[in-house]
Amino acid sequence: MAVPMAHQPKPTLSIGKRFTDNGLLGVLAILIIGLLGYFLVPNNLALLTQIVAIALLVLSIDLVTGYCGVATLGHAALFGAGAYAAGIAAAHFGVTEPLTMTLIGLVGGALAGLVSGLVILRAHGLAQLVLSIAVIHLFHEAANKASGWTGGSDGLSAIMPDPIFGMFEFDLWGRTAYVYALLLLAVVFVALRLLVRSPFGMLARGVREDPIRIAAMGASAHSVVLRMYVISGAVAGIGGALSAISTQVVGLDSLSFTLSAEALVMLVLGGVGSLYGALIGTVVFMLFEDTLSAANPFHWLTIVGALLIAVVLFAPKGLYGTGLAVAGRLKRRPS
Amino acid sequence: MTNLLDVQSLRKNFGGLAVTNNVSMAMAPGDRVALIGPNGAGKTTFINLVTGNLQPDEGRVLLVGEDVTERKSAERVRRGLVRSFQVTRLFYDMTPEEHVALAVLQREGTAGQMFGHYARRMAVMEEVGEILDQLGLTELRTLKVREIAYGQQRLLEIAMAMALKPKVLLLDEPAAGVPQSETNRIERALDSLSPELAVLMIDHDMDLVFRFATRVIVLAAGTIIFDGLPKDVTQDQRVREAYLGSYANAGTAA
Amino acid sequence: MQTVMSIAIDALAYGMVLFVISIGLSVTMGLMRVVNLAHGAFAMIGGYLASYAARDLGLGYAAGVLVAIIGTVIIAVPIERFLYRRIYGAPELTQVLMTIGITFCVIGITNFAFGPTLKTIPLPPSLQGSLDLGFRSIATHRIFAIASGLVVAALLWFLIEKTAFGIKIRAAVDNAAMTAALGVRTEIVYAVSFAVAIGLAALGGVLGAELLPVEPYYALRYMVTFLVVVSVGGAGSIPGALIASLLLGAIDTTGRYLAPEYGEFFFYLAVILIVTLFPRGLAGRLK
Repeated sequence: MAVPMAHQPKPTLSIGKRFTDNGLLGVLAILIIGLLGYFLVPNNLALLTQIVAIALLVLSIDLVTGYCGVATLGHAALFGAGAYAAGIAAAHFGVTEPLTMTLIGLVGGALAGLVSGLVILRAHGLAQLVLSIAVIHLFHEAANKASGWTGGSDGLSAIMPDPIFGMFEFDLWGRTAYVYALLLLAVVFVALRLLVRSPFGMLARGVREDPIRIAAMGASAHSVVLRMYVISGAVAGIGGALSAISTQVVGLDSLSFTLSAEALVMLVLGGVGSLYGALIGTVVFMLFEDTLSAANPFHWLTIVGALLIAVVLFAPKGLYGTGLAVAGRLKRRPS
Repeated sequence: MTNLLDVQSLRKNFGGLAVTNNVSMAMAPGDRVALIGPNGAGKTTFINLVTGNLQPDEGRVLLVGEDVTERKSAERVRRGLVRSFQVTRLFYDMTPEEHVALAVLQREGTAGQMFGHYARRMAVMEEVGEILDQLGLTELRTLKVREIAYGQQRLLEIAMAMALKPKVLLLDEPAAGVPQSETNRIERALDSLSPELAVLMIDHDMDLVFRFATRVIVLAAGTIIFDGLPKDVTQDQRVREAYLGSYANAGTAA
Repeated sequence: MQTVMSIAIDALAYGMVLFVISIGLSVTMGLMRVVNLAHGAFAMIGGYLASYAARDLGLGYAAGVLVAIIGTVIIAVPIERFLYRRIYGAPELTQVLMTIGITFCVIGITNFAFGPTLKTIPLPPSLQGSLDLGFRSIATHRIFAIASGLVVAALLWFLIEKTAFGIKIRAAVDNAAMTAALGVRTEIVYAVSFAVAIGLAALGGVLGAELLPVEPYYALRYMVTFLVVVSVGGAGSIPGALIASLLLGAIDTTGRYLAPEYGEFFFYLAVILIVTLFPRGLAGRLK
């Protein structure tokens, strides 16, 4: 009756597994695809840089929505806070060192994450969603009113970042900005990969599935999600700072409901609950947007809407999840 | 010696109905108590009041001498009061190994750690392996919980409770839904629990109750009507009335 | 004093319009448990249709209202049948995504069809003037909006409390599975309630065009306003929705009069305060 110990614990993982688990494969993919982009569209590096900035926002939504199960339509608040924090530091306080600006964006985003987390986690379900929308509108109105600091609806300009390490100047073609963006993304990706596989990441997945069970284990679901919100804010804040550094302006659209909703759409398109899904969704969505929205913004809105409906109906796991499922099926079928 | 758990005059009303009516009981280290009673007697409500999932209208709950009535359920768990659920509550996308590992890490206070992986920690993996083995879950350790049978999910509930190394363990119908062939696993696991521990079990399987318990508490209509040795419970007049209604008297008269 | 009076009348009218639009959302969310972000989109379709009929075709206000209600319901029924029915009982995120998708499509398509400009709905002469109360005068349109809100509230109360269909609705709100087990065809109850809800949204969109201008991003602009009525009032509660509408109408109107330079800042601040203080709503069914 007693089952023999068939599987002894194997604490040492094989090198290959460690390689994929720690996201080194992902980093390699980011760098290779990034460099391909560099050589394929050298004239539009600004777009590629913006994709990376938005990808950081989408990754940050994935942390709270995909890993903790909190549906939010106000996450651009965290991105915009990072962008304005870095922008204001540069334009009003003369902090123009890019790494410092990024760090300020990180802190600004984390603070915004703490504030909106405290507000949004007060409620559940519909009330929570309403709070998340109200938060982004509140941030937007506040930034609009504080035009002395933010430039209001004209946007905040006069952001002139120094060369990185005093050596690499931000050039007209956006090469430096793009390389900086890729490196930032690679670092954040590794950090997040470690995070989601850590005990804390496991705890977060537990909260998504059953908060009461988490409480019955002696952990506080609220505290887990709040901590994740702060981390998520830091990631989004880095994205915002990157956007401010590379475009040298911060506009009110970085604090908009539309950006929040679009970023959520990108996440769902790629696949909720997976870092790869977040990246794939952002790239696909933004490349499409760039080609299609130029014609007529309302056509673009119709397409996004139809895309969302199609994803919900036909590919609820997103591109990455569906791709994995299809690949799994093909593998199982002996050819 | 201080009692591990001390429940004093608990009262809870739902609307006008007193679901828990002035209930007091205490448990010392080593106690193996069975809480029984007819359906609707208020057993699960009582457990929920003790764990803090419900707030009582009156009364106090003391854990190792400390008043925890105002504490949240998670804080009570950290002080050693652990429960299992009547209907399993598990993380269906995670594996049994991850469940038990999370419980072990939570007990150690390292579940909030934001780097590293539990599988690299030898001591954690050994403990996880032992607990899973004890409940016969070793072969299932890397399957998703949604893929394993309900009876095995019940065993995993107990495995998680054990991994938290409680001082007081409350088991809400641990054997419900577990096939007969597997209940002996539960019994063996219960036997292996530390003698320092106090265990309170609700169950309808009287064979299990009598083999396990050194003391029986009978709850009826929100009140404790019997608290004593298992051998005396079937002879008690009030218990017979609670279970059999007026037939009880007819039976003794005959 | 004048200002207080103007604020009060405008707030009341605004609250009533909010009520007419949101009550349908409240009932359907109570019934089908769908987080429906697209409700405002149907009010927007109503506004566009009414504007087209009344202004571009010159059919007049009454005909515009009729065209709006009937047209919007005709558009909405297949959407309910083919899209909403797929997400009943689905996780919240799925419902949010589907209904946002519908909202985006509605905005894109209406603006493609009718052009991306502000739509006005010309009022008939009888609603244009103002009513002299002796000590001051009130715009007739405001009175019309308030009266319409009261009529809608009374009719809905009658429908839900006094008719056989109302009993089915209340039963389904309380426990859909049990109601279905009793032989009530809940999908028909759902479809009819949805149609009524959409009709009311369209009516509200037209009635409220003076207060909530019908513009290209209408469905997004007022999304949170309609949702917060349900969230504060409690899904499925008529009195809750009425109180919440009046409260929010008062807050928004007061903010616009007294601190217009802050835009909607105080409105959203109030929303956050109200929802965090009453996360389960003022009068909702606590389930």
